[in-house]
Formats: sequence, structure tokens, C-alpha cells
Amino acid sequence: MYQYDEFDHAFVAARIAQFRDQVARRMSGELSEDEFKPLRLMNGVYLQLHAYMLRVAIPYGTLNAKQMRMLAHIARKWDKGYGHFTTRQNIQFNWPALTDIPDILEALASVEMHAIQTSGNCVRNVTTDHFAGVAADEIADPRAYAEILRQWSSLHPEFSFLPRKFKIAITGACEDRAAIQVHDIGLQLKRNADGETGFAVHVGGGQGRTPMVAKLLRDFLPERDLLSYVEAILRVYNFHGRRDNKYKARIKILVHETGIESLARDVEAEFGRLKQGPLALPQADIDAISAFFAAPDYRELPDETSLMQDADPLFRRWLRHNTHAHKRPGHAIVTVSLKPTGSAPGDATADQMETIADIAQQFSRGELRISHEQNVVLPHVEQRNLRKVYQLLDEAGLSTANAGLASDIIACPGLDYCALANARSIPVAQQLSQSLVTSGREERAGDIKIKISGCINACGHHHVGHIGILGVDRKGEEYYQLTLGGSADNNTAIGEIVGPGFSQGEIVGAVETVIDTYLDQRSSEQESFIETWRRIGQKPFREALYGPTA
Amino acid sequence: MKTITANRLDDGAVVWLSGAGWETSIAQAAVLSAPDAIDAGLQAAARAVANREVVEIAAIDVTLDQNRRPVPVRLRERIRAFGPTIPFASDAQQSLVA
Repeated sequence: MYQYDEFDHAFVAARIAQFRDQVARRMSGELSEDEFKPLRLMNGVYLQLHAYMLRVAIPYGTLNAKQMRMLAHIARKWDKGYGHFTTRQNIQFNWPALTDIPDILEALASVEMHAIQTSGNCVRNVTTDHFAGVAADEIADPRAYAEILRQWSSLHPEFSFLPRKFKIAITGACEDRAAIQVHDIGLQLKRNADGETGFAVHVGGGQGRTPMVAKLLRDFLPERDLLSYVEAILRVYNFHGRRDNKYKARIKILVHETGIESLARDVEAEFGRLKQGPLALPQADIDAISAFFAAPDYRELPDETSLMQDADPLFRRWLRHNTHAHKRPGHAIVTVSLKPTGSAPGDATADQMETIADIAQQFSRGELRISHEQNVVLPHVEQRNLRKVYQLLDEAGLSTANAGLASDIIACPGLDYCALANARSIPVAQQLSQSLVTSGREERAGDIKIKISGCINACGHHHVGHIGILGVDRKGEEYYQLTLGGSADNNTAIGEIVGPGFSQGEIVGAVETVIDTYLDQRSSEQESFIETWRRIGQKPFREALYGPTA
Repeated sequence: MKTITANRLDDGAVVWLSGAGWETSIAQAAVLSAPDAIDAGLQAAARAVANREVVEIAAIDVTLDQNRRPVPVRLRERIRAFGPTIPFASDAQQSLVA
């Protein structure tokens, strides 16, 4: 993992001192609310429905056991004993007092964490594959490049007041688990014919009220040019991006309005001016950052072949769904589901965080990941320890064997917490997971991604859910619009609205109808929901939901 | 009928304007009907903003329950008044592992 140097420590300490002073000046009246609000937002502090909310950055979703324990400590000391892991691989605390936040930031800094640029019209936390560094299908570990981008973008003077927020995602694997094509910039690590490392660069993806799949801007960008090229994109966006309408200010709108060819010409021209300058990455710098992410000293172990013969069917089910292929024999990647049946997706208590930290310390080289699907990942578990890890997770209520299944639902905080939401998300997720599990549909249906957003800002990624649910306010009543066929993988697609919305009392039944239609229509048990959707299209689902004349 | 609500500046808590000041329970809120009373309430709230007691003031529509206590009309405001409609994860976890 990356470790702060003297500069980093001083940088974060200076920022905390600055914010402590800003809070004091707000409380004394020296700063008005209008003056203070953009300052607190730049430090990740929102005012939500019930209280302030602090969003803490977990850079590219990687943290260690000590950091997880600190998050637990913060939850217990300054919040209500829990935190919410988000689709941006961050964590949010829902109840801190403004006057405590400087102390919270100091506590975070003591374990090399912060909340800088978790809000505002700047480059946000760079996200990546939650299996980075350990996935069996990986070309290169994307976290070194994410860290380079983090250092470059932190308080970047030119890009601190962009037309709108800016999100970058990187994947280093063949299978895109980081949803790169729905980000402002999506980077896909690859090697060219000469074996050189570089990136395919996608630009202009995003969700929100105008969902768009990113377009390929450059097929191969050498790694040394990463910062020069990304700076060129940001510079073109900063210059040409719209500032007259916040709903048209993201780079996806610029791409849409100017066309990818025109944007590419502008970016290449700017890149031509930048590429020989100081942003060109020396190999020594790439190597120095990459060294922080070197693989641990794995033991030479054979693959365990008898695990699936274990007598415990619940353990076998957990192995099947919550463990994943590791690049090293005898090892596994473990997903710790934060989606127990009927729970709030992504929430973890302080006790659970500490349990996970303890397990990581003992069985995963002290390392953890947060996935954009709101789960925790133990990246370095020896297969011979899986039984013990499962038992410890089970004792903490964390052994739900549903990773990738229908009850592994992404949901934003929705109207229960968020000041922007129009409808509740969490209760729908809770009812759905309860219903899908007890009815047996989850077991029969296999991999289905259900994603729920409480408003059109789409923090719950509903646009790219195989089944997407968008909460809307219709004359004071919660309604839920259903979209089908979205995906955020190598074949990224925006879901199609299937018809009129459903009331709060109807939406669970509607999703069940969709799943039943899939089960009826699939060509075999091996055909997944999304494959069936792509084969048969919307009509059978629409007719099942609204009748044959629909 | 309306009540005046805001968030307390120092901790963000949802508060309601009563005759005696800002309360954390909507049951204590002053229920205002006359336009002049609502204007006066908003002016008092604006002074509280200037005095750095609260932020984000609003006059919201309410009805009265059977005990004559105010209940917000909109779901959003009911959730603000009475809290999330789901248990906190820390409470829910206790029941899951019990």
C-alpha cells in the first residue's frame, strides 16, 4: 500500500489546520454560511436531511486494517456506531457534529486518510477494480496509476473549480469490474504489440440525468504520457465545458455536443504541447510508486481441492459466491458481503469494521478493499484458511453468501438520509432482498445486478443495473421507475425504461415479475439474466409487467 | 398550517421553532396559520441564522395528529422530523447476531 511521506503528512496536516480555522471562523461569525459552504464541501462535509455528513476518501478503495479500525473508532466516538460504504469506494458518516469534524480529520490523518476532494467540482477519488493486484485476469495493477493521478490531482490549482465534478476510473484486468465506461475518464490498462504498458482511454461516460456510455478517445496511450494526456483532457474540458447549466456541465455533454472527433483533435493538440514537459512520467517514478503496491511475500501453496467437498452446505455456498480466483495458487479473494438479507446495503457497524480489520490482519496481510458494489474485499486469503475466515465472519453476521446475486443490491442512502433524494432506496432494497431470498428466486436466478437510486443523480447506479430502480416523487408519493438491460462491464449499456412506474407497494412485485419472466424465458440455466435480455429484448418483460397489449 | 424548521449550526441537528426557541422535537414546534405569524416566525428564524444558531431555515406544511401535535405533510419532512424509516445499522446488527 502507498505510505505517506513527509510531504503528504505536512500537506494533510496543513489542510486540517486550515479547516479547523474555517470552522472556528464560521462559529464566530467571521464567515457567513454562503462563504463557509464551499469550504466545508471541499473537505467532504455536507449538510444532509438530519445532520452533517462527512465523506471520507478511501483512495482507489484500498485500506489497511489499522485504517479500518480507525473508521470504527470514528463511528463509535463521533457518530452513531456505523458507517456507510458508497459506490465511490468511500465511506460516509451520517451524524457528525460540525465542531467535531476537525478532530475527526486529525484522527483520520493519524492513519494516513483524509476527506479532501470528496466533494466539489474537482477530480474526485480515483476508483478502480476492487480485485486490483490480485485478480487472476489482471494485466497490471492499476493502483499505482491511481495513486499517481491522486497526487497530481490533489488541490491541482487549475482543476479545483471545474465546470462540474470529475470522476476517473481505472481497471487493469480483462474483465471490467470498475465500471470505467460510466466515468468521465475510463482507463483500461493494456499492452501494445511491443509489450509496452499503456491505456485505452475512454471519455464522456456518466450516469445522472443524462446517462451516457464513454467513447474511446485513444486506443493506446503509453504509461509515461498518463498525466500529460489526462491534463490535456481536463484542460480542454475546463475551457470548453459548459458553466451556464449545472445539468449540462459534465464532460459527457461536451463530448455529445462537440463530437468525439472534435474533442480528440483539441485534446491531441493540447497533449502535443504538454507531452515533452514536466508531466511526462519517468520510469523511475512509476517504479517507485508501483513498489508500494508490490505483492506480499506469498507462501508457495497448492490449490486446495477438497474445499467444495466440505460437509457444511452453507460454507460451500459461501465459497461458490463469495470467493474469487486469485493470481496465486493456494490463495483466494474473499468478498465480505455488506448485504445481509433485509439489511441496508453498504452499512457496517463499528463492531463489524473491527471484526473485518482483525480478520484482515490475521488472514489477508492486513489489507482490505472496498468495492463500488458496497462490499468489503479480503484480497490475500490462503485457501487453507477459508473455513476459519468464514466462521469468524459468520459470528459477526457477515457471512451472507450472495456476492453477485440478486440480493447483492447497490442502493444509495435515498430519502432516509439524502437531502437531494425524492424517494427512499434502502427500504426497497431491504424488502426486495427479503422477498427474493425467502421466495427462492435468488437461488434460481443466479447473477443479477439490481441497483437502486433515490433520485436522478443515480448514486445507486440504477442506469447500469440489469434491473435498475429509480425513485421519483409523483405528487408527494414515492414511485419507482424500472429500467432493464443496463450493465457496467465490458459491454456497458444504459438500461431501458420499461414502462410506467410502480408505487412503493408494487415495486417488489414488479421486480419479482421481471425475474420470473427471465426464469421462464431463459434458454438454459446457464443463460444469465443479461444474456436473456439481450436475446429476447424488452417485449416479454413489458407484457409480463403491464399485460399483452402494453 | 406551517412550522418553521432549520438545522442547528454546530451539530446539524434538525430543530423546530417554538415560542421558547429551537426545539429538537417537532411536538414542541409552534404551529402557525396566519400569514403574519408565519412571516414573524421566518423573521425570528432569520435572526437565528444571523446569530449563528441555525442554518437552512424553511416553513413547512403540517397537519395535526389526534393529539394535536404537528406532523409534516411531505414524506421528506416527516423523515426529517422523525428520523430514518429504517433502524440504524448498529441497532439492526444487534438483532441480526442475537
